Amino acid sequence: MEDSYLYYPGCTLKTKAKDYESSAMKVMEELGRPLVEMDDWYCCGAMQSLTEDDIMHQIAPIRTMCCAQEQGEEKVVTLCDMCYNVLKQANERMKENEDDLETMNDFLDEDPDYEGEVEVHHLLEILLEMKDEIEDAVTNSLDDLNIAPYYGCMLLRPDNVAIDETEDPEMMEEILGSLGAEVIENPKRTECCGSYHTVNRSDIVEKRVEDIVSYAVNEGADAIVLSCPLCQFNLDFHQRATEFELPVFYITELIALALGLDIEMENHKIDPISLLEEKGIKE
Amino acid sequence: MNLKKLTRDIDFADKVEELSGQSLNACIQCGTCAAGCPFVEDMDILPERVFKHIILGDIEKVLEHNTMWICAACYTCSVRCPRDIDIAKIMEAVRQIVLRANIDRAEVDEVDNMEELPQLAVVGCFRKETG
Repeated sequence: MEDSYLYYPGCTLKTKAKDYESSAMKVMEELGRPLVEMDDWYCCGAMQSLTEDDIMHQIAPIRTMCCAQEQGEEKVVTLCDMCYNVLKQANERMKENEDDLETMNDFLDEDPDYEGEVEVHHLLEILLEMKDEIEDAVTNSLDDLNIAPYYGCMLLRPDNVAIDETEDPEMMEEILGSLGAEVIENPKRTECCGSYHTVNRSDIVEKRVEDIVSYAVNEGADAIVLSCPLCQFNLDFHQRATEFELPVFYITELIALALGLDIEMENHKIDPISLLEEKGIKE
Repeated sequence: MNLKKLTRDIDFADKVEELSGQSLNACIQCGTCAAGCPFVEDMDILPERVFKHIILGDIEKVLEHNTMWICAACYTCSVRCPRDIDIAKIMEAVRQIVLRANIDRAEVDEVDNMEELPQLAVVGCFRKETG
């Protein structure tokens, strides 16, 4: 479909991060560039397998690339940072290594073979390109809101998948600027949130969250904004082990609010509504 | 965990280099990896110490400590290493040697809030901590 983007959801956008998917869908619809979900897709595996001999764990991401190829699309857009990272790393490995691509195609049943032509993008890249359109569409400026962007790891590292400067990203700052929000600097914005340790080492995640959120609070942030469902869960849920209570928004939620769109915010542990009402952003 | 059998059966340093595609001897023990690691306070030994033990053949000292399990593959060390060693891949190789010997780190029964967790956390954890 012309003017639309082929959207890869992944597992969590359909369950624990519905707020992210629904706000992103509404924003892109409003901007006239809707996200259209792929006809078929596979779980990416969440964490990239890094050993040289492991082709097996690249199969699911590349099957998804085959699905995009079959739909005649050259670009796949993810909302989830982890999906972005895994799909991109697996895809780049196939693009850079003919032997791996041949092995992959020998194994896969898909016909025709994967040609390595599909490109993986994160929604933030699209939003940055559309910064001016977003600014023009703002009806509910976020003037009084002090927001600390948080990037985490998966958009910025390793180098070959980075969508911005690895040590000094600016994408979310630029997008927030177009919404009228005040950007708060957080030197911890590229440090890991604790990732999957949330499953069986909560203590580690709690220390990471304390560190990241305390810097944001000390710099005067009213809230944190990010683009990853796992970072959102960790920074939101594990703040209960800290003295802080800072709402953690998905970037698309803030854009939707600034565009005057009606959105659900049901996945949040820390209430985001009171802050929005206090600042006159939501009635 | 039968570490003795595991370390007797393979040339550990060779296996780590083969799985990671990285050169252990490129490490100059500068400590940049440890300095930037957000998890270092939870590691029993520092990442560069893991390198040193592998190179010197003190494999049990690598496997009896938790460094490779605390590493969450955030790649901070990998992008900062002045010798361009992809340290996340070294940690992955060490994890994989253990996991491929059917010694899992995570157990489903021990996850006490499965219903609450986002799916990608569970998938990611079991990808990194089970074989």
